[in-house]
Amino acid sequence: MYTGREHGNRRNTTEAPKNSQGAAFPPTFSLSEVKNKQRRHLMFMKLKQEKRKQKMQLKKKRRKEREALGDKAPPKEVPKTIENQRVYDETTVDPEDEEVAFDEGTDEFSAYFNRLTNPKVLITTSDRPRGRTVRFCEQLATVIPDAHVYYRRGLALKRIIPQCVARGFTYLMVINEDRKVPNGMVLCHLPDGPTAHFKVSSVRLRKEMKRRGKDPTMHSPEVILNNFSTRLGHTIGRLFAALFPHDPQFVGRQVATFHNQRDFVFFRFHRYIFKNEKKVGIQELGPRFTLKLRSLQKGTFDSKFGEYEWVLKRHEMDACRRKFQL
Amino acid sequence: MRFTPQVLIFGARCHVHLLSGTCFQQLILVCVCVCVCVCVCVSPQVIWDIIGNKQFCSFKVKTKSQNFCRNEFNLTGLCNRSACPLANSQYATIREEKGQCFLYMKVIERAAFPAKMWEKVKLSKNYEKALEQIDENLIYWPRFIRHKCKQRFTKITQYLIRMRKLVLKRQRKLVPLSRKVERREKRKEEKALIAAQLDNAIEKELLERLKQGTYGDIYNFPVHAFDKALEQQDEESESESEAEEEEEEDDEDVGRREFVAEDEVEESDLSDFEESSEEEEEEEEEMEVETKAKAKAKAKASGSKGKSPAGGSAARRKRAYVEIEYEQETQPAAKSTAT
Repeated sequence: MYTGREHGNRRNTTEAPKNSQGAAFPPTFSLSEVKNKQRRHLMFMKLKQEKRKQKMQLKKKRRKEREALGDKAPPKEVPKTIENQRVYDETTVDPEDEEVAFDEGTDEFSAYFNRLTNPKVLITTSDRPRGRTVRFCEQLATVIPDAHVYYRRGLALKRIIPQCVARGFTYLMVINEDRKVPNGMVLCHLPDGPTAHFKVSSVRLRKEMKRRGKDPTMHSPEVILNNFSTRLGHTIGRLFAALFPHDPQFVGRQVATFHNQRDFVFFRFHRYIFKNEKKVGIQELGPRFTLKLRSLQKGTFDSKFGEYEWVLKRHEMDACRRKFQL
Repeated sequence: MRFTPQVLIFGARCHVHLLSGTCFQQLILVCVCVCVCVCVCVSPQVIWDIIGNKQFCSFKVKTKSQNFCRNEFNLTGLCNRSACPLANSQYATIREEKGQCFLYMKVIERAAFPAKMWEKVKLSKNYEKALEQIDENLIYWPRFIRHKCKQRFTKITQYLIRMRKLVLKRQRKLVPLSRKVERREKRKEEKALIAAQLDNAIEKELLERLKQGTYGDIYNFPVHAFDKALEQQDEESESESEAEEEEEEDDEDVGRREFVAEDEVEESDLSDFEESSEEEEEEEEEMEVETKAKAKAKAKASGSKGKSPAGGSAARRKRAYVEIEYEQETQPAAKSTAT
């Protein structure tokens, strides 16, 4: 019986390629039209191999050319990285910008940068901290000179702040805890400075560090701030810088680093040693953690009625992978 | 057609007036589930007989020691003859809605109109005035109900006050985390960490600072760095630097360690190094003179070995210094103990 199926088969066999190399494919053919999975897979593999071969050939050719030219070869192209492709932020600070310099001369940190005040930090946690958070606070207190840890005991921040100001503290740091690990930090500059709220992640305590050195001494560390380029970044950078005393004691050879990369601020604490003028060895002491800025609020901590300078809005800011805020 | 006060009730021992067949429809049966329909002419005593202890009451919650009543109009919350809102034709309660207290009253005259059964009186926000209101509305009512109403009203005002106080205190806000977002951020952080190359960046920064001279005279290197810069412009600086070095030998005030490259150091790739103790510095200073000559040659020869933190080599060197006293270049066996 001549059923439609036979016709269909014949059509398939005539139209389907003979599976030879120079098969006659219709120009609009795409691999996904082949219904047979094995055959489709094979064809795809072959396609990939072809492509790879071509790529290798191209590479070889280019290398030969480069070697042939020797010194006169054109310089190697720089690969694209996210940092290269970063969308230009109009708030990027120009080093010679006078307006920025003027602003920074008169903002809340000017008191510190003009050496009028010495930093004094109060570290506390949210209610009922677990062991990890407590240890983290203690280690932070050793890293930051003149830092004091106090237990929270259910006190309201708005009531703590005037007391801190009265006792001469310049910073209030609250480590928030969730599920037994620290996950947030509120850093409030005290007289009436900005309050920054960070998300804390990847906290490594001292005993979890590999190849670490001895405990940090009481010397004031140096501070390194990397990659804070925009106005917002500048503010945050100054916020971090004002945590530490002005004059680092080089005797201690300790350095605290805040490195901003793609809006993540990595904190590291090292001890360095210069072997000669070209080589320096660093050894990590101290805790390490990562911060991500969530909001910056003018004035001291007031989450309901405070005036927010900057808030992380995920849909606007995280939509573009090449756009960063700090 | 006569309605009898007693009605045919399933399972209850009651008098039944059997009327003629046509009047059967007029017999109103009290449902076992009392909340559905209430017969107009059933006395509260009868109702209590049924739901109190013998039959099922859907509002009753039985526990080992006590019975509770879940009816929202109940005055005390317990299942009692005097507190049951179904089994009392004259009843009153206090209920609270959105911070406002109301007095609900039920009288027997309205027993036929279930929709209008409860009379609702808004109580004043002033505690004493509200108590007077309760008194005047429930004048001539049984003592028990009046007393319990006032007690309930007091309790309600107390918890309302507490609620208002709590709002002023710290309120914990639970923020939901989106799993996708968290996963994405974690991955981004990992990638950022790799891109950051922290160790390199820190080392570069420190060397920059050294070159710019922020460390002042602590380290002797600046001289070499300065020389290296000069060398490219002018080759006579080498002789100058030699002279300078010899002068500065005596100026070591802080007693910094001299990190002089030695022969065996180059292949070491240990990353640990020890903080030098004070004692070693005196020995170092003694050895400086000898090793300086070696150092000069070596330092010029050795290029930067990249970022390999040869910190362990520093330790080894220090240890070597300690051992140089005995004029032996032995492996630092003590290194492991000191780590």
